[in-house]
Amino acid sequence: MKLNVLIVVILLMAGCQNKKKFVEVIDESSQLVINDSQVKNDIELEVYDFEGFKTFLNKKDNTVYVINFWATWCAPCVKELPYFETLDKAYRDQDVKVILVSLDFPHLYDKKLKPFIEKNKLTSKVIALDDVDMNHWIPQVDKNWSGSIPATIIYKNDNRKFYEDSFTYEELEVELKHFLN
Amino acid sequence: MKNTLKLIAAGLIVLVLSSFTMFDGYKIGDVAEDFSLKNIDGKMVSMAHFKDAKGFIITFTCNTCPYAVMYEDRINALNKKYAPLGYPVIAIMPNNIVIKPGDALPEMKKRAQEKGFTFPYLIDENQDVFPKYGATKTPHMFVLEKTDKGNVVRYIGAIDDNYKDASAVTTKYVENAVDALLEGHEVPEKETKAIGCTIKV
Repeated sequence: MKLNVLIVVILLMAGCQNKKKFVEVIDESSQLVINDSQVKNDIELEVYDFEGFKTFLNKKDNTVYVINFWATWCAPCVKELPYFETLDKAYRDQDVKVILVSLDFPHLYDKKLKPFIEKNKLTSKVIALDDVDMNHWIPQVDKNWSGSIPATIIYKNDNRKFYEDSFTYEELEVELKHFLN
Repeated sequence: MKNTLKLIAAGLIVLVLSSFTMFDGYKIGDVAEDFSLKNIDGKMVSMAHFKDAKGFIITFTCNTCPYAVMYEDRINALNKKYAPLGYPVIAIMPNNIVIKPGDALPEMKKRAQEKGFTFPYLIDENQDVFPKYGATKTPHMFVLEKTDKGNVVRYIGAIDDNYKDASAVTTKYVENAVDALLEGHEVPEKETKAIGCTIKV
């Protein structure tokens, strides 16, 4: 009964488009059921297997793509995420596009990933890659990738570079500039 | 003078090459150096202590990485199956515990008790063992075969091809490697890749 009231309250809040408050309610209540059903309606997460994801690695439209592999459970990834966000904002008008590829576990998309995206107001494109046959797809991203994250690819048409490393904003910007002009 | 320069140049090349090999870690066919690392019971453990072993299943793993946690039961099962056949599991926790306090020795001990680990769970306190192996993440597996030359690296990579669901696994890389070695065959798939948590230095 209490739960129903809570759901109604949250629905009302969501209806008022009071997104910030909405997230806080979820965090405090830690009512996972409510959390699930609510966030699902709020964020549409694109989920790909590797076959579907591959197109993001092979676009030839003169845009510089900065593709970062991360997960909410990966502390060094979360630490460098703001740099990618800043980069995306700063270079958006110079044909640069940041794509954040989450490797979070699918059963935690609703409980962890979507609330994380919302709480941190991520503005870069976030997609999820869900493909268990890692040995099949990791070498296709880059033959030297051992599989540790964070990992990043920067590419423009046929010119690409892979980094199995963490970045500071300055380092990231320096790498990006190799691909500009 | 010229000769001295040549010597210096040659020396430099050797230095550069050797630093590269150190960075990359062991390749298939390399002999792995033994280690002496502290177990959760406080005793030091080396491969040399396992007199009857035919080889080892070395796993770099930890408490705090969700991928490592998902594989805990499967690592335990590997030891139960292969220790009696001469291939015991030795787990090594490589993380810097200042960055990951959840991986400190008391925490390791607690986790091992909770999960009923039947294998040694060692800490790479000086963080000088995992770089020799070239381990970059947890979990990261190495299957070694004991030979006259020493413990030869025969397999590097993942445990199997489905981290999510043990029952949906189609290829058990580590089991296939150990089975092949036990039968005196070549390991069918010597290196595989998987996502894991970066080792914290």
